[in-house]
Amino acid sequence: MTTTTIREATIEADQTVPAIHITRDFRATPAQLFRAHTDKDLFTRWVGPNGMATEVLRWDPRNGGEWRYVARRDGEEYTFRGCFHTVREDTIVQTFTFEGMPDAVALETLTFVDLGGGYTRLHAMSLCDSFEGRDAWLASGMEVGVNEGYAKLDRLLADEATEDGTDES
Amino acid sequence: MSDRLDHVFAALADPTRRDLVARLARADATVGELAEPYDMSVQAVSKHVSVLERAGLVTKSKDAQRRTVRLEAEVFDLMTKWIERYRREAEARYQRLDAVLAELDEDGTPKSPTTPTTHSSEESAAKERAS
Repeated sequence: MTTTTIREATIEADQTVPAIHITRDFRATPAQLFRAHTDKDLFTRWVGPNGMATEVLRWDPRNGGEWRYVARRDGEEYTFRGCFHTVREDTIVQTFTFEGMPDAVALETLTFVDLGGGYTRLHAMSLCDSFEGRDAWLASGMEVGVNEGYAKLDRLLADEATEDGTDES
Repeated sequence: MSDRLDHVFAALADPTRRDLVARLARADATVGELAEPYDMSVQAVSKHVSVLERAGLVTKSKDAQRRTVRLEAEVFDLMTKWIERYRREAEARYQRLDAVLAELDEDGTPKSPTTPTTHSSEESAAKERAS
């Protein structure tokens, strides 16, 4: 039992609508997940991108409430905001905007599905307003790579080069 | 090869060029079409496309009627890796969430460090270590 491992998060870029689906199981109840998503101090501790400190500036987790937080690292600041549309024990529906691109708004639907036995499945769907916006968002992972320094990207591209070694297609 | 990589890095270090690559992943487009959503000249976008072309990330069609820019097939594989990077970011976030959840009771309230509980010995031990 001590060796029970939870499968890592899966991600899917939807083919039919410009959405990203992320699924992850947790050894927790839906109530615990709900609390970790709606309690300001708990949320602050896990949400931020790796190595960034998150500060919540506004937090009103109820139907029609709003949220706003800033993530900081080395003098860089990224501020995000949105509205809580629905806040229910098993579902949170909210909008999500990066203030650097205030007109691009994603609609996020988080559901907590009780799997029994103390496990809960989190499904997070982010619906973007265009396929281009969705793909640019996914590609922003590349930006993380650039910020981290080129080392990982270097390896990644080196693998790519090895796989495509014949290069005559 | 490292020279090629230098070109690829330089090409993708720019946010406009990353955006161009993301849009070309949807469909081929002319430089004029690519320039439309940006607040910059067609010439400026054309320069960005040239940088991507020199890095071997895109090619321009030879069709004189409609000179479209096309993403190289191997860049699509790179896009798949981008998604993997994004997934890993999500997984890292959720591993932090795992740790936060471990501090909550089943009803979602934080475990009180002052109240002795009759939960499993494993949890009590963890609490003792934490205090």
